[in-house]
Amino acid sequence: MWTWFYKLASPPYVYGTAAALAPWFLGLAAIAIGYGLVDGLVFAPPDYQQGDAFRIIYVHVPSAWLSLFAYVGMAVAAAIALIWRIKMGHAVAAASAPVGASFTLLALVTGSLWGRPMWGTFWAWDPRLTSELILLFLYVGVMSLRSAFEDPARGDRAAALLALVGLVNVPIIHFSVVWWNSLHQGATVARFGKPTMAPSMLWPLLSMALGFMLFYGAVLCMRLQGEILNRERQARWVAEAIKS
Amino acid sequence: MSVGPCEAFALVVRRELRLSFRRPDQLLQPLVFFLIVTTLFPLGLSLQLSLLRDMAPGVLWVAALLSSLLSLDSLFKSDADDGTLEQLALCGQGLTVIVVAKTFAHWLVSGLALVLVSPVVGTALGIPGSVFATMMLSLGLGTLTLSWLGAIGAGLTVGLKRGNVLLSLIVLPLAMPLLIFGAAATDRAISGVSAAGALYFLAALCVFTCTLAPFAATAALHITLE
Repeated sequence: MWTWFYKLASPPYVYGTAAALAPWFLGLAAIAIGYGLVDGLVFAPPDYQQGDAFRIIYVHVPSAWLSLFAYVGMAVAAAIALIWRIKMGHAVAAASAPVGASFTLLALVTGSLWGRPMWGTFWAWDPRLTSELILLFLYVGVMSLRSAFEDPARGDRAAALLALVGLVNVPIIHFSVVWWNSLHQGATVARFGKPTMAPSMLWPLLSMALGFMLFYGAVLCMRLQGEILNRERQARWVAEAIKS
Repeated sequence: MSVGPCEAFALVVRRELRLSFRRPDQLLQPLVFFLIVTTLFPLGLSLQLSLLRDMAPGVLWVAALLSSLLSLDSLFKSDADDGTLEQLALCGQGLTVIVVAKTFAHWLVSGLALVLVSPVVGTALGIPGSVFATMMLSLGLGTLTLSWLGAIGAGLTVGLKRGNVLLSLIVLPLAMPLLIFGAAATDRAISGVSAAGALYFLAALCVFTCTLAPFAATAALHITLE
């Protein structure tokens, strides 16, 4: 029963699996994102309050979800690597961090672009945007800690520990930012409450979220291949894999 | 000769304190930095005491965070450089006791000193004297928590040549809840509202980090020392 788990410790096996999975993820992501974009940008009705500006939600919300999802993925991989001493876990964590950071940046940029017509300013200290910004700082910390060590194995383990510490702190940071906001801000910025969405708007959003998740899987597989090749560059199977 | 954990804790704390007091200039530098940073804000902003009073809790807390970070870099560094830390790790007490003792001693000479100086800075920023108790309590809880978060960061960066900037990069995002609740407690006390809620949050964060951070900091040191 546990053999599949032990196989995950073998670099050639993981490399082959990632190579086999990547095109599937990419194809399915293209279908889901394609449907979501067409249905969301063309067929979904404009919002009664925000007009067509709300359509940025189809990029903003999935990337915000994925920014957290990728962080949790990174932390779980780091925990597996630390607990069972599986080196491939570090490779997954290292491959996941830049992707998650990019989703975080995308969520921040689309959020502030959305803020321009809605709030009249590119940046309001909205609690969700602020905790997204702090999440970006956490990603940057993990990535720079990994690259700061000359010994890559040590850098991997240090970054893994920091990812776990960050995972414990993410909910604390989020709720304290929400609390801070309710204390300072009052009614200066019209917050959109969370209106229950009409199904014609919701379906494209869910499809986009699924598509983003598959896209994350595809990019993760591709980055993981590069990461494994770089880490195992002394091994013979790598030379054979590159030649063929 | 065998020593129990409590005795080892006391011995390490005493050693740390003695080492710090042999170097009084290093002890004073973070405090002077704290005073200088708080002087910068009125110079850069405005002389109006009413405006200053609105900004004061934030200014005080940002300055306290930055000056605590300055001294965190040296928490394990000198002992790691001359091999003392390895000897302490091998002494049979378990590294956690050593880490707890070192961090606690560090808080005594940096955090507690900041708390004691804060009324001077508070007066200069126009914080009324009736608020000092709340301000000092919040700073005490906050700097203790920060020392623990910093111990994790210092443990992770101890082997690095230029770990100082990286240490700030790692610790500051984790410390943001402290800033929020600490400044809120002082702010509420100034405007005459009960600060109990924010203080309870700070205390909860403090207990939480005091419980978990020693193990994380020990694990970090194990990673970097090996």
